[in-house]
Amino acid sequence: MTELSKTGAAVGEPVAEGPSKPPTAFLEVRDLKVHFPTDDGLVKSVDGLSFKLERGKTLSIVGESGSGKSVTSLAIMGLHRLGARGKNVKMSGEIWLDGKELIGAAPDDVRRLRGRDMAMIFQDPLSAMHPYYTVGNQIVEAYRVHNNVSKKVARTRAVELLDRVGIPEPAKRVDSYPHEFSGGMRQRAMIAMSLANNPQLLIADEPTTALDVTVQAQILDLIRDLQKEFESAVVLITHDLGVVAEIADQVLVMYGGRCVERGPVEQIFAEPQHPYTWGLLGSMPRIDREQTERLVPVKGQPPSLINVPSGCAFHPRCPYADLPKGGITRTQRPELQEVGGDHFSACHLSPEDRTRIWTEEIAPKL
Amino acid sequence: MSETPVSVTKKAEPQAAAVPAQATSPENGEVLLRVEGLVKHFPIKKGILQRQVAAVKAVDGIDFEVRKGETLGVVGESGCGKSTMGRVITKLIEPTGGKIEFEGQDITKLGTRGMRPLRRDIQMIFQDPYGSLNPRHTIGSIVSAPFRLQGVEPEGGVKKEVQRLLELVGLSPEHFNRYPHEFSGGQRQRIGIARALALKPKLVVADEPVSALDVSIQAQVVNLMDDLQSELGLTYVIIAHDLSVVRHVSDRIAVMYLGKIVELADRTSLYEAPMHPYTKALMSAVPVPDPTRRGAKSERILLKGDVPSPISPPSGCRFHTRCWKATEICKTSEPPLLQLAPGRQVACHHPENAEDQAPDDTTLLAVAKEAIEVVTLARTDTEPEPATESEPDSEPETSDVADVTDAADETDAADSGDAADSGDESEVQPSADADEPDDVQESTDK
Repeated sequence: MTELSKTGAAVGEPVAEGPSKPPTAFLEVRDLKVHFPTDDGLVKSVDGLSFKLERGKTLSIVGESGSGKSVTSLAIMGLHRLGARGKNVKMSGEIWLDGKELIGAAPDDVRRLRGRDMAMIFQDPLSAMHPYYTVGNQIVEAYRVHNNVSKKVARTRAVELLDRVGIPEPAKRVDSYPHEFSGGMRQRAMIAMSLANNPQLLIADEPTTALDVTVQAQILDLIRDLQKEFESAVVLITHDLGVVAEIADQVLVMYGGRCVERGPVEQIFAEPQHPYTWGLLGSMPRIDREQTERLVPVKGQPPSLINVPSGCAFHPRCPYADLPKGGITRTQRPELQEVGGDHFSACHLSPEDRTRIWTEEIAPKL
Repeated sequence: MSETPVSVTKKAEPQAAAVPAQATSPENGEVLLRVEGLVKHFPIKKGILQRQVAAVKAVDGIDFEVRKGETLGVVGESGCGKSTMGRVITKLIEPTGGKIEFEGQDITKLGTRGMRPLRRDIQMIFQDPYGSLNPRHTIGSIVSAPFRLQGVEPEGGVKKEVQRLLELVGLSPEHFNRYPHEFSGGQRQRIGIARALALKPKLVVADEPVSALDVSIQAQVVNLMDDLQSELGLTYVIIAHDLSVVRHVSDRIAVMYLGKIVELADRTSLYEAPMHPYTKALMSAVPVPDPTRRGAKSERILLKGDVPSPISPPSGCRFHTRCWKATEICKTSEPPLLQLAPGRQVACHHPENAEDQAPDDTTLLAVAKEAIEVVTLARTDTEPEPATESEPDSEPETSDVADVTDAADETDAADSGDAADSGDESEVQPSADADEPDDVQESTDK
């Protein structure tokens, strides 16, 4: 533990900026593009994504399946290049983590960071853990990869971690296999594994989607506590806006591989500026109010990432696509524009139109 | 099988108390489906003789009715038996005991042949739109299967009728000759709905119809089911784990826990004033999409641990191992499902928002004190409130502490098939004999 906190403290100090284009935040992603060449064409999973995240803050990435959320998280972890040695994926842009650039870095350097400075919690803990090894062994391995310690020390650390994430009788359960754990406990064990080296950046890809609400509440509470304790930056990928409202500081809404809206969580819920965000809010049944009105779904289907619609990718599903003059929504891609303090939106609608539509048409129906 | 009469007679008394009261309730419509003392146990067999050593008590004595034209929502955590219940009432699996009445006809004992004419009246929509459509059949052949199997010749021919159905669920008639893989998840779910509606059923049982879909698509399907209900006068039983969806679609809601219905009430009263502690905990666990509520006074009851194993459910009230209001009576006697207010049935000795059913028994169990954690939904920069007792006035009962640890040990020592659920602090596997718990557990320990 002492050794770890030393590492933590060292990393925690303000970073001296060395590189040519110094990052201003702990995690900074600039114009990230991840494209997969396939027989059917180029799949543009992520197509120009930028964001910043400070220590101790939580960024939620929301969007439908296929909007590029998970691909983004794997790109930050440097996991795209692993299997195919970079042949099946084209990546460009920059990812700065704590002053280090990751996309251009050597795979060995990224590997040294992975699991130590940045760690990931996957959606399905049963397939993310090896069924043949005990939970303890897997945590020990994650710890010993980055720390030159004996198995015994690592095992103590594993028990300590299991205890920290709230697994009862950790000294006994450390020798259990993943299948002997229930879903919630498995997810806790995986969180324990990802915390083995006190990561500064924690990426959680749909960490609670496979869990029951009561267990989801436990896990979210745990992530919140741990974040406070370790001052980590958390990237939480989810499609549940309820979870977002509860845990996020910043929200990034993705559609068709691009960011359509980004801002502080209060703003995103109080004054969303993009029709797609309106659509997400409108299609969600709410537990906190009696809803006699119908849900307002987003019509149509999510776009194909091979043939992303021209202009604004959302225009085929957008009820307001014809409002801006000259068919600009079909020909020109809207850029992210600041619409309020640290709040950005990529939409051709004029600010007056947006305010009017939100206050008169959308908000009363929510 | 031997349990059947026992559970039926046990249920008979509360049933008698509840039914007349219900008859006077104003929104009483014609009963389409009535379920009494429904039991489904899955045997666990061991050894070369395949002797039954235990049973998974997936559904363990439930009573409810579904009225014509209404939507009954069924919620609960995974493993509470809600899907099994759905399959038993559609007779996809045979019940172990109890009685299912459809339109006054007892269908419990009907075999495959006897059920066949009723199949057109009872249909099912499945959760997984990928697994429930045969990949080698075209959409046309999938949706026309009900006509073929039932020997029904619709007016204007099967093909025309199928195309009408496809249009009804928002697909294009040209999709007739396509295969399931050419469709997205939401579209496939629509195909499943079209198939279920082909024979104009009276009752549709939908098992997690939208949980595999994206939010925006989920809303489309929810709206579609809504429209079809008002258009065709359907009756739905919707099984789901998402409480927000259930609130949106249901008229009445049944909350299940470990094979039992713990609360059955209409939507408004259930969500506004839940009576069963489990319902209350479940509701408070749902994240609300409103960031301004963070740091406000809203508190969350965090249940600790997991649902106990349905192989050996806790004695008495099944929720007592995780309940913060549990007292001695909860451990020893099972609370009946009683009507405590018009249209509201609750199975609890100490309900919230209603009169206490066992006012004499006030001493909390030791487990109850640690059963939950109440957290304030605070912002990340503010300190969360420390865990508080919800019943500060209660007296500590020291004698039970040893009991808890012993029981936990026992759970761990139990056979490994059980192990997935064992070992949580709040999860006490109570022994059958609750009078002398210490002795019994000592002996099992050794």
